[in-house]
Amino acid sequence: MININNLQANIEETQILKGIDLEIKAGEVHAIMGPNGSGKSTLANVIAGRPEYSVTEGSVTFQDKELLDMEPEDRAREGVFLAFQYPTELPGVRAWQFLKAAADSIRVHNGEEEYSAREFDQKLKECVAQVAINPELVKRNINEGFSGGEKKRNEILQMTLLNPKLAILDETDSGLDIDALKIVADGVNNFRNKANAVLVVTHYQRLLNYIVPDKVHVLVDGKIVQSGGPELALELEAKGYDWVKGD
Amino acid sequence: MTTPNSISRHSTDLDTEYKWGFTIDIDAELAPKGLNEEIVRFISYKKNEPDWLLEWRLQAFRFWEKQVDNHPEWANVEFPKIDYQDLYYYADPTATSEGPKSLDEVDPEIIEGFNKLGIPIEEQKQLAGVAVDAVLDSVSVATTYQDMLEKEGIIFCSISEAVQKHPDLVKAYLGSVVPYSDNYYACLNSAVFSDGSFAFIPKGVKCPIELMTYFRINQVNTGQFERTLIIAEDDSYVSYLEGCTAPVRKESQLHAAVVELVALDNAEIKYSTLQNWYPGDKNGQGGVYNFVTKRGKAAGVNSKISWTQVETGSAITWKYPSVILQGDNSIGEFYSVALVNNYQQADTGTKMIHIGKNTKSTIVAKGISAGHAENTYRGLVKINPSAKGAKNFTQCDSLLVGDQCGAHTVPYIEVKNPTAQLEHEATTSKVSDDQLFYCLQRGIGQEEANYMIINGFCRGIFQELPFEFAMEASQLLKVSLEGTVG
Repeated sequence: MININNLQANIEETQILKGIDLEIKAGEVHAIMGPNGSGKSTLANVIAGRPEYSVTEGSVTFQDKELLDMEPEDRAREGVFLAFQYPTELPGVRAWQFLKAAADSIRVHNGEEEYSAREFDQKLKECVAQVAINPELVKRNINEGFSGGEKKRNEILQMTLLNPKLAILDETDSGLDIDALKIVADGVNNFRNKANAVLVVTHYQRLLNYIVPDKVHVLVDGKIVQSGGPELALELEAKGYDWVKGD
Repeated sequence: MTTPNSISRHSTDLDTEYKWGFTIDIDAELAPKGLNEEIVRFISYKKNEPDWLLEWRLQAFRFWEKQVDNHPEWANVEFPKIDYQDLYYYADPTATSEGPKSLDEVDPEIIEGFNKLGIPIEEQKQLAGVAVDAVLDSVSVATTYQDMLEKEGIIFCSISEAVQKHPDLVKAYLGSVVPYSDNYYACLNSAVFSDGSFAFIPKGVKCPIELMTYFRINQVNTGQFERTLIIAEDDSYVSYLEGCTAPVRKESQLHAAVVELVALDNAEIKYSTLQNWYPGDKNGQGGVYNFVTKRGKAAGVNSKISWTQVETGSAITWKYPSVILQGDNSIGEFYSVALVNNYQQADTGTKMIHIGKNTKSTIVAKGISAGHAENTYRGLVKINPSAKGAKNFTQCDSLLVGDQCGAHTVPYIEVKNPTAQLEHEATTSKVSDDQLFYCLQRGIGQEEANYMIINGFCRGIFQELPFEFAMEASQLLKVSLEGTVG
């Protein structure tokens, strides 16, 4: 699905990613863990094409296409989805309208017709039910006045609606209580299938109790220092990040 | 936010982006260039006006002549000095002395021209639910739905026709809200106004359809000076719409209109404007100078006047739709979206003059600046000693797109009654990189993302517009923003 080779990236003049190699196959869920400032979120944002970061070295192929050559909107249309750590507010923009514009742009990219308002209503209703989000939220301005948990759930709603090939969750668990965490995890578990892939970026192991990854990678100072199965996350939780840093 | 990539994507000539920029190909009867007493007399003669009106025009002209070099300089706009002797003051595209009597006499080119603007004036194609007065250059060419309105006792016609058929009404109210001595451009307008719309809603009548005037400048080097007068008698209601476009011209065009509204006891006037005059090209060449005086007098108790404007056009906009809150409990409202792009300049806002007791005014102004444009909100809230219990709420929000443009807020507040309550809120924000990236990451393109964010910023104002006008306003915003990605 996605193949990352020697990826190096800067923000302004500071190097954050110092050579990342990572392959995620269809049907897999990978987790990236690491201490604060290790470059986890940077990796997520560089894959999505956030303009503040500049890639200095390496390649990212996504379904046999070079992702780094694409504009961020084209990456999204090709099927890369980022659930944001801090979803931004768009004052006055109705969630419904925003979601339809997003869904339509992806459909048009895939050679399909835009949704009619009625079709979209139906589709959105199904997704809202699936992620157990308050149906009133889609009538409000997107993320405006949403609680922290509502914002994160709204990201999961968008993932469910847009049905990407690769979903990247950037610390989606931060700031969530246990009930919200379960809802987010259910959303991801319902989403995952043989044809798509998920990359979970997290600081804590607890989300991985609910979303069981196929592989866990530990990122320290811009490099993956260790990879393993789900047991690696538990070991990290027990021993702390100093354990891998010491290597 | 600007990337070289996005600029090159939109480096098309702006002239082709102003889709209303065509010329209607007709001959017009022009008065000779320049302004003097003879021209004023010529206009009045052409329009077969009564003596009192000619006399009023001449008074205005003499007043203007005395201050010809003292045009107002306080606005935050810059433009070369206008040579008032190098303009035409009268252009009649219908070229008959009295104007067409029926649609059969209207030049098919004109009808076709208005069709292209989406304003059909032929009977079988007329817009549902909207009566239209179509004004081309200096002359009203057609007014639709007149018969239907007449049955309700509503008068809706060109102001020239009103002068002929309802001279007493015109005489009673013309200049009663904006006297000719009011300001430079209003004075000029009073001397040479050529046409415009007139509406009269009699006592107790709620106007069943929207009234609309569509203004179109066509001729080269022609100043356009319309005069609109709307009178709502006791317990009446009217919703009035105004739209405007002009062809693409290298030279700048002067447009100095005056609008007067009078609302008597318990009457309500809702006045909505979509101003889309040609804004000039990408480099700031050409475009309409829009120097307009709009004022309503909420004269009666419990009367209400509401201005809603969406200003996207014109090279320079200078206008302050205002309300004089004279009747006790009267209400004044001003809702505005002013968008400037490229080298456009706007200095716009409102005046709320509280005179009556318990009068209430609301001001919500949204300014959007893109390109190299400058946008100024200028507003006055004045509470006179008599305005016991007056209230005002003002909100001014500015949004910047890119880093070459400017937004300015100049509020004036004068309070002479201690019981008054005033609130003022102001914000300035930018379309942030985070907001834009959030949209892009969902597959929404740059231009649509910008439009969506800006449209969201204006939502509160668009809700004040009649539904179809709101759709058009939103569309207009989209077109005006083309090429502003950055």
